[in-house]
Amino acid sequence: MVTAISSQRHTGSRIKTWWTILKISLEERFVYRGDFALGTLMRFLPIITQIFLWYAIFEASGKNRIEAYTANGVVAYYMLTMISRAFSSMPGLCSGITLLVRDGEIKKYLIQPIDLLGFLLITRIAHKLCYYAIALIPFAFVFYLCRGFFESGWPDVQVLCAYFLSLILGFMLGFFIEASLGLVSFWFLEVTSLIFVYNLLNFFLSGHMFPLDLLPVWASEFVSLLPFQYLAYYPAAIFLGTIPPDQIWQGLAVEACWLVIFIIIARVMLNRGIHRYSGFGG
Amino acid sequence: MPMALIELHNLQKTYRVYQKKEGLRASIKGLFKRTHKDVHAVKGIDLQVEQGEFVAFLGPNGAGKTTTLKLLSGVIHPTSGTASVMGYTPWHRENDYRRRFALVMGQKNQLWWDLPAQESFRLHQQIYGIEPQQFQNTLDELTNLLDLRELLGQPVRELSLGERMKMELTAALLHSPEVLFLDEPTIGLDVVAQHNIQQFLKYYQEKRKITILLTSHYMKDVAALCKRVVIIADGRIQYDGSLSGIIDETTNRKLVTLQFADPLTDQLMNSLKRFGTVVRHEAPRVTLGVTRDDVPAMLTAILDAHDIDDLIVEEPPLEEVIAEVFARVSESSAVPATEDGNC
Repeated sequence: MVTAISSQRHTGSRIKTWWTILKISLEERFVYRGDFALGTLMRFLPIITQIFLWYAIFEASGKNRIEAYTANGVVAYYMLTMISRAFSSMPGLCSGITLLVRDGEIKKYLIQPIDLLGFLLITRIAHKLCYYAIALIPFAFVFYLCRGFFESGWPDVQVLCAYFLSLILGFMLGFFIEASLGLVSFWFLEVTSLIFVYNLLNFFLSGHMFPLDLLPVWASEFVSLLPFQYLAYYPAAIFLGTIPPDQIWQGLAVEACWLVIFIIIARVMLNRGIHRYSGFGG
Repeated sequence: MPMALIELHNLQKTYRVYQKKEGLRASIKGLFKRTHKDVHAVKGIDLQVEQGEFVAFLGPNGAGKTTTLKLLSGVIHPTSGTASVMGYTPWHRENDYRRRFALVMGQKNQLWWDLPAQESFRLHQQIYGIEPQQFQNTLDELTNLLDLRELLGQPVRELSLGERMKMELTAALLHSPEVLFLDEPTIGLDVVAQHNIQQFLKYYQEKRKITILLTSHYMKDVAALCKRVVIIADGRIQYDGSLSGIIDETTNRKLVTLQFADPLTDQLMNSLKRFGTVVRHEAPRVTLGVTRDDVPAMLTAILDAHDIDDLIVEEPPLEEVIAEVFARVSESSAVPATEDGNC
């Protein structure tokens, strides 16, 4: 009984700790509000260039359908990948971890009774919440203007739930993949090239550049074995109904497995990394 | 026999460091084959520190002081040896241990840069699980002692270096640690700020009886705060004892300053040289370095022969004594065996 109460108290105080970290991270995000708002709004620019590009492709091809996509369908896909990326992209996470290691700032996390990965995750949630708070109205406005591109309308509730779940899992997966990359800096102090390679692979293999079902079958099958598709393509495909409803949950289960794998990788790397850490930077 | 609060046995830490030769050719060569060197930062330290001691770690740059503090705070793992702090092995980094010590690094900022310090303090309260009443009492006590109340709402980036260091100390002490590691806490501070920090640390340590290990290059910190001094050089402990003990062991000289009523003629100056070396000469004062045993005879002779307005006999400055110790150590360790090439 006593153990149960103390464990409840422990859990309660832990939640309070994470809640305080979240609140303080939010406060920090809002300090440079002008820069943050501008950065958030600028994210709309690439999608506009993508839309013009694909209209040009459709016009040049003289077709009104490429594989399963109409011109409207492609725009709807890009708008949805923009939402996927708003969850799964982690700007500055990998390079931030590298800086912590290189400059020795990581020491302050190692001496406090706090889990570094948990702390980074909470600060990233705060980062995302600020982003959504600022981007919600412009996003809603753009989607309202572009509602005509969504030819098949809203999916049913079950698909919508799966869609939101895939976004959350995409966020977690993106976080742990990039955290693992950042933790490589315990071994190699400079990981800029690694980040570049990852971003390049991510751009092509996540479906950010083009819908993955436009790839030849063999390539599409290969890409489906990798975790990248869950960062952009998969949530969009769920929403658009490209994935048959009976296969959605199976795909989410595979995504969850990838998440567990990357959580384990990040944990092992952190433990091993700390073991070989030299405490750089004085 | 009961264990000391901090116990180190044959603690060693070796870093593997990449060696890059000068020039583009060497850089290209380095792409294919790299040369590393083992640098033995700590070469087997044995140390016991009892509860309530305030110990100074002194040593030249690269002596192994900070590495030892990093080992004790669990930031790095040793190559070999054992350490126990309050019964914990530091590098196991148990949360219970991390709740009971604090590390303050003069060159590192642990507070949130863009937010007022009070936000970082609130976060510390949650991270360390400090009860609200205890948190408020400790914060009130520390902010009053350090005169910080007006600055709590100011973003950390806008504080002066001295104010920031006071905030760092406050953050480190909020959870009432039993052991405090201070790595050059007064570095870069002006004389007034240094003095304030020294006074605070002295008061706080005496009141709370916490155990403090301090590294500093400012001898005034050491003289003001620590009864016990550990000199580390070349990765080993070279001296462990009282501050006055170092002076006795290192130098057999005293400084004798005489203020003459008569003019300082060349003849007088020459006659003084037979008692010792002239260290300073600012008429009408002369400071002589005199062998300890010769001081009484020298004073008798001079007082008999001259009118003296003022007389001071003192120990040589601590900086000078410590520099002498460091110089001796670096002479004795100037054998290439300290670093092993490892390709």
